Amino acid sequence: MNSLFLEIAVVLLGIILLLVEAFCDRSNKNYLAYLGAAGLAGVLALSFLPQNAPLPDSSEAAFIVSDILSVFFVRFLLIATIVTLLMIPGYRTVLERYLPSERVGGGIGEFAILPLFVCAGLMWMVSTVDFIMIFVSLELATITLYVLVTYLRQNTASLEAGTKFLILGALSTGFIVYGIAWIFGVTGTTNILALPDAISALPESSLYALLFGIAMMLVALSFKTGAFPFQFWIPDVYQGAPTPITSYLSVASKAAGFVVLIRFLLSLETIPVLANKLNAVLTLLAALTLIFGNFAAIPQTNFKRLLGYSSVAHAGYLLMGIASLASLMAIPAIGFYFAAYLAMTTLSFVVLQAVSEATGGDEISRFNGLSKRSPFLAGAMLLSAASLAGIPFTAGFIGKLLIFEVALKQGHYGLVILGCVTVAAGFYYYFKVIRAMYWQQPSEETSIPVSATTKLLIFVLGAGILIFGIYPTPLLAALR
Amino acid sequence: MSLLLILLIVLPLAASVIIMLGAAPRIVALGTAILNLLISVVLFARYDLTTGGWQFVSEWKILPQLGINMTLGADGLTLTMLLLATLVTLSALWIAPKIDKREGVYHICLLFISAGVIGAFASLDVLFLYSFHELALIPTFIMIGVWGSGDRQAAAWKATIYLGLGSFILLIGLLALYLSIPAASRTLDLRQLDQMAAAGTFHPSSLIYLILLVGFGSLVSLFPFHSWAPPAYACAPAPTAMMHAGVLKKFGLYGLIRIALPLFPDAMHEFNGLLLLLVIGNILYIGYVTVAQKRLDWTIGYSSVMHMGYIFLGLASLNIIGVNGAMILMFAHGLSVAAAFALCGELRRRTGTLDYSELGGIAKAMPILGLLFGFAAMASVGLPGFANFAGEILIFFGATSYGPAMILPVIVGVWGVVISAIYMLRAYRSTFWGPMNARWDSLTDITATARWSVILLLVPLMVVGFYPQFLVKMVTTAIPR
Repeated sequence: MNSLFLEIAVVLLGIILLLVEAFCDRSNKNYLAYLGAAGLAGVLALSFLPQNAPLPDSSEAAFIVSDILSVFFVRFLLIATIVTLLMIPGYRTVLERYLPSERVGGGIGEFAILPLFVCAGLMWMVSTVDFIMIFVSLELATITLYVLVTYLRQNTASLEAGTKFLILGALSTGFIVYGIAWIFGVTGTTNILALPDAISALPESSLYALLFGIAMMLVALSFKTGAFPFQFWIPDVYQGAPTPITSYLSVASKAAGFVVLIRFLLSLETIPVLANKLNAVLTLLAALTLIFGNFAAIPQTNFKRLLGYSSVAHAGYLLMGIASLASLMAIPAIGFYFAAYLAMTTLSFVVLQAVSEATGGDEISRFNGLSKRSPFLAGAMLLSAASLAGIPFTAGFIGKLLIFEVALKQGHYGLVILGCVTVAAGFYYYFKVIRAMYWQQPSEETSIPVSATTKLLIFVLGAGILIFGIYPTPLLAALR
Repeated sequence: MSLLLILLIVLPLAASVIIMLGAAPRIVALGTAILNLLISVVLFARYDLTTGGWQFVSEWKILPQLGINMTLGADGLTLTMLLLATLVTLSALWIAPKIDKREGVYHICLLFISAGVIGAFASLDVLFLYSFHELALIPTFIMIGVWGSGDRQAAAWKATIYLGLGSFILLIGLLALYLSIPAASRTLDLRQLDQMAAAGTFHPSSLIYLILLVGFGSLVSLFPFHSWAPPAYACAPAPTAMMHAGVLKKFGLYGLIRIALPLFPDAMHEFNGLLLLLVIGNILYIGYVTVAQKRLDWTIGYSSVMHMGYIFLGLASLNIIGVNGAMILMFAHGLSVAAAFALCGELRRRTGTLDYSELGGIAKAMPILGLLFGFAAMASVGLPGFANFAGEILIFFGATSYGPAMILPVIVGVWGVVISAIYMLRAYRSTFWGPMNARWDSLTDITATARWSVILLLVPLMVVGFYPQFLVKMVTTAIPR
C-alpha cells in the first residue's frame, strides 16, 4: 500500500460526509459524528496492514517517511480524532444555543466533519520530512482549526478565543516561513534529512545565518507545542473554544508539533557545533515551561483554563524528554507520555463536558459535590486527576518516570529536581478538583445524566490509564 | 512462587470493585478484612525462622529495561507489619459507625488505604514500596475532608501538602540513590541493593541519606516535620486516624530500616548527632507540648508524635538490640494508638466534645469504655506487661551500649516516660474520673461490636508484652548482618 494512502482516505471520508450532510436528513446530525468515528476506525484498522515504505530513489522518498514515529503518531492522531468525534453529540445543546438558527440544525453537521480535515493535515505533518510539506500540512490543519475554535459564533468567548488563535497562529506561520527561508537560503535544501550533509559543507561564516533560521523555527514550534515563552495564547483559547475542540487542540495538535520538533532536532543534533547550543536552549525552555505551566495553574478557578495551564505544564515534561533526545529511550518515553496524556486529558475533558452541560459552566466550583450527584463521573475525574498529577499505578506516573529516567541518563539533574518540585505543585492544583468533588456540598441534589457514548468513552479512557499504568510493556514495545 | 502476598493486596482492591458494583459495603469490607487477617496469620506462622531471609517471594516484570519489577517478599519484620496492618484494618472497619452519606466511598477509601500499606510493606522493589504508599494518600485526604470533624478541611490540606512534599523529597532521594548505582548493575531490588552494599561495591553519598531522612522523617512526623499530624488525627474520623497513626505512619520507619540501615551504615554514624538532636526534640519538646493539650484527641495525636522519638532512638543506637526494640515498638505503638483513637472516636460520637473542661466522670456512665481506655493509655505509657514496655526497654538497652553520645538522649528518653505518664494519667483523670457533668447522665456505654474490635487490638499487645521473645526472633531476621 502506498504511503499517504491513509491521509487520502481520511480526506475522502470527510468529503463523502460533507455530501451526506448536504443531501440527507437534516433533523438529527449526530449520526455524522458516529459515521466519521466509524470511518476513522476503519482507517485505523487499515494502518495495521503492511505498508510499503517509499523506494529510496523515488521522488516520494524526498518528502514522506514511514518510521516508528510516523506509524505510532498516525495511529495516535486517528484515535484522538475518534474520541473527539464521539464527544461531539454530547455537545449538541451548546452548539444549538450559540449557532444562528435560520434553518433546523444549520451548521451543526460541519462541526463533526471539519475535524477530519484537521486530522488529515496532522497525519500528513507527522509523516513528512520536507519543510514545504510541513508548512502546507500545518496550514491545512491550522486553518480548519481557526474555523472550529470560533464555531460558536454567538458566544463572545469563542469569538475572542478564535481571534487570538487566528492572530497568533498567523504570526507563528510567519515565523515558520521566515525560518524555512533562512535555512533554505543558507543550506539550499528543504529536506530535514538532507540538512546534516548540507550544513557540514558550509563555511563557518554562514553559521549565524543558519542559527537565526533555526531560532525562528524553534519559536514557531514553541507556539504549536505550547512551550514558554510562546504559551500565552493557550489559556484564553482553551477557555473560549468549544470543549471537544479544546481537547483536540491540547492533544492532537500538540502531538504533531512535537513530532516535527523531534524530527528537526534529531537531524540537527548530529552536528556537534549545533548540538551543544541546542541542548542549552532546550534545557532552558523545558525548565521555564515547567515553572510557568505548573505555578500559573495554582490560582486558577476555571477548570478549562486550568487544563490549559496543565497542558503547558505537560509540554514542560515532554520538553525534558526532547532535551534528552540523544538517549535511545527518549522517543519511546515521549511516545508513551503522549499516549498517557491522550487518555488522561481527554478523560478530564469528557467529564468536564458532561458536568458543564448539566451545571452550565466550566468553573471548578461547578464540580462541587459531584461525588453525590454522579459518583461515576466523580470517580472518572478522580482517576484522570490522579494520573495527571502522576500518582503511581496510573499511566501518568509511568510516563513521568520514563521521562525522568532519560533526562537523568543525559545528566539533566537540575531539570529532574525541578520536575519533582513542579509535580508537587501539580498535586496542589489537581487536588483542588478532587476536593471540590468530594468535600463540598452540591448546589443541587439532582443526578447528572450520562449518555451511553460518554459512558463508553469514560470506560475506555479510564481502562487505558489503569492498564498502561500497571503494565506499560506492550505500548513501549510498539515504540521501539 | 507464593501468591499469598499478592492476594493480601488484591483482596481489598477486588472488594472495592465489588462495592462499586453495588454490594453491601460493610459486609464485603469486613469479610475481606477477616480473610486478610487470616492470610497474614498463616504467613506469619509459616515463616521459616531457621532459614530466615526473604520468603514467599513472587515477581512480575513491569519495566525490565529499567530493572523495575513488581517483586513481593517477606521476612520477619514484613510479616510483623502485615499482621499489624491487617489487625488494625479489621478493627477500623469493625468499629466504623453507621455511615449515612456515601457509605460505599467510605469503605472503599479504607480498603484502599489498607491495600496501599500492605503493598508498601510487602514490596521488595523500592519503586513499588514508594508507589503503594502514595496509593494510600488520596483516600486519606478524601476521608478527613468528608467525614472528619472540626476544622477538617484545613487539617486535611495541611497533612496532604506535608505528606505530598515529604513523598517528593523522598522520591528525589530514591532517584539519587538509583543514579549512584554503577550504570551496569542499576536495580531497585532491595535484595540486590543489600548484596551490593554488603560486598562493598556500592557507596552512595551520605547526602542521599540526609534527603531520605527528611523524606521518610516527615512521613513519620519526626521533629520538626511533625506539625501536620496532631490536627489531622484530631479531625480525622476514628477509622482513618487508626489506619494512619497506627499503620500508614510506620511506613516511614519501615523505609528507613529497609533502605537506610543496610545501605548507609557510615552515613548513619556520621549524622547520628543530628538525628539524636531531632529525637530529643521529639521526646522532650513534643512531650511538654502534649502535657499542655486541653483536648483528648489532641493529647493522643501529640503523644503519637512523641513516641516516634523512641523508635528513632532505637534506630539511632545502630545495634541489634536497639533496632529490635524499635521494631517491637512500631508494632506495639501501632496497636495501642489505634485502640486509643478508636475509643476517642466512640466517645466523641456520644458526647460531641473531647474538651477536658466539659468532660469528667465519664467512667460512671461508660465503665467499659473507661476500662478499655485505661488499658490503651497504660500500654501507651509503657507499663510492663504491654508490648510497648518490651520495645522501650530494648531501645534503652540498645542505646546505652552505643556509647557516651547516648547519655543525654537516654536520660531524656527516661524522663520522657515520666512525661508521658503525666499527660496520659491527666487525660485519663480529666475524662473518666472526678465529678460527672449532669448532661452525661444519659450516655450509653459502647456496644459489643466496638468493645470487641478494641479487644482485638489489646490482646496481641498483652501477649507480646508477656512473651516478647517470639516477636523479637521474628523481627531480628530483618537486621542486616
